[in-house]
Amino acid sequence: MQALSEKENIGFRIKKDRLFLWLVIVFSAITVSPILLIIFKLIEKGYRQLSFGFLVERTPDTMQAMTALNNHELIPGGIANGIAGTFLMVIMASVIAIPVAVITGVYLYENQGKWLANLVRNVSDILQGVPSIVLGLISYLWVVKHITHGYSALAGSVSLSIMMLPMIVRSTEETLKMIPQTLKEAGLALGIPYWRVLTGILIPTGLSGLTTGILLSISRVIGETAPLMLTALGSSVINMNIAKPTSAIPLLIWEFYNDPNMVDLIWSSSLLLMIIVLTFNLISKQFASSRK
Amino acid sequence: MNTNILQIKDPILSIEDLSVAYDKNVAVKNVSVGIKKNNVTAIMGPSGCGKSTLLRALNRLHELYENIHTTGTVLLNGEDIFKMSPIKLRRKTGMVFQRPNPFPTMSIYDNVIAGYKLNGISQKKAERDEIVERSLRDVALWDEVKDSLTKKGTFLSGGQQQRLCIARALAFNPEIILLDEPTSALDPVATSKIEDLLVTLKEQYTIIMVTHNMGQAARISDYSLFMYLGELVEYGKTKHMFTTPQDRRTEEYLTGKFG
Repeated sequence: MQALSEKENIGFRIKKDRLFLWLVIVFSAITVSPILLIIFKLIEKGYRQLSFGFLVERTPDTMQAMTALNNHELIPGGIANGIAGTFLMVIMASVIAIPVAVITGVYLYENQGKWLANLVRNVSDILQGVPSIVLGLISYLWVVKHITHGYSALAGSVSLSIMMLPMIVRSTEETLKMIPQTLKEAGLALGIPYWRVLTGILIPTGLSGLTTGILLSISRVIGETAPLMLTALGSSVINMNIAKPTSAIPLLIWEFYNDPNMVDLIWSSSLLLMIIVLTFNLISKQFASSRK
Repeated sequence: MNTNILQIKDPILSIEDLSVAYDKNVAVKNVSVGIKKNNVTAIMGPSGCGKSTLLRALNRLHELYENIHTTGTVLLNGEDIFKMSPIKLRRKTGMVFQRPNPFPTMSIYDNVIAGYKLNGISQKKAERDEIVERSLRDVALWDEVKDSLTKKGTFLSGGQQQRLCIARALAFNPEIILLDEPTSALDPVATSKIEDLLVTLKEQYTIIMVTHNMGQAARISDYSLFMYLGELVEYGKTKHMFTTPQDRRTEEYLTGKFG
């Protein structure tokens, strides 16, 4: 009797175990399904528009799009103005944010536990939670009104760079904290001045961590729309003047959505944006895993 | 004056009334001692007695940490080290750490020359090659790595890495080499190689070594310092100290009553 009841018991346990395994699998599938559905939908609806011309031609005007629709043709033109604007603004935002954020991260690393460093760290964390549209407003007040006196790529870059700051600050600090203290001491014990120890030993040692943080922050801001609406505004030409209104891929997606003749273009534009963001994500993952 | 502390004539390094405190916790108490040139001096004592703290005061590494306070005087060839620039002092005193710590992003060659390169000292390639070869020969690593100088320093074995770190410290031709338990992370074979190396190096350099391995101190040091609870208990020729310790605490430590 004893043996039998034990058998039953084990059978029940195995069932419980299987049930739990399935539960885990199902919930994991639920977690990844949105991204798979999104990618599937974007490819299904957007691949026909994707072509070389889509990358190098400007957006069509609404009349051209309407004509093409009536003739059951593909909408002509592309989103080159958006691609160029996105890269212009993201590069400029990186140029502004990376030095400031890396130096701040070094400061936080060097001053663990001091009140000013704690304050800076907390404020930087709060900054991460500020809605992006508010950052757009701030950039509008600072740059659009007082520096470029009109909507501009510079204003867009400033709002994006503020978004990038907290992520890079944190990743710089965390990366430096992971480097053994004795490496720094070994450098200083050789009579190397501190700034050279930092630039010649610590930063190269933590470079993969720093790069991961920077790439992730770029992929985070590359799809931002709201702050750009208030700052860069948008443009139908390829603009490389940082003081002039500029387009960006997410801005174009918004414009297409609002134009019944061009609404078909949102799929291909979104697909392209998704490809760019995923590429940055994958590269940063690569850097993270190359770290020892 | 404590009679258990040997007075050294013409010391290369003269430590006078040196105290080091972590916040209010005094780790080294009023140590006064002279270090003899071209000899190996071992600093011994149980864990937490202030051995490493004393050693790290000698190249002013404590200044990196705000909570550590150092008082007293240390004269290197008669010059007060606390009045020199730390950069100048640290070029005269090479340091080797407990665990091998070659710079992970640099090649073997760059590790050895790092002190020069990162100090922005411009040199001809031939000069650099010569310094690298001399330093690596000094630590008996040249023959093992001469064909792989461009490989990363971390590619070497633990013992080789530690010898690379010694070579890095020797590159500047320091007057004194400070070693903080340099073999505690190494296997016996690598340890004995480093010990042999230190004995040959003392012809050119003055060596101060922290060790908690009494056997090691007995094997290679000429003079020994015994510290206990931050105080310098006894200082003398290693041979004398190991055969006829003057202080009861030294004797108890050496005979293994505590440690």
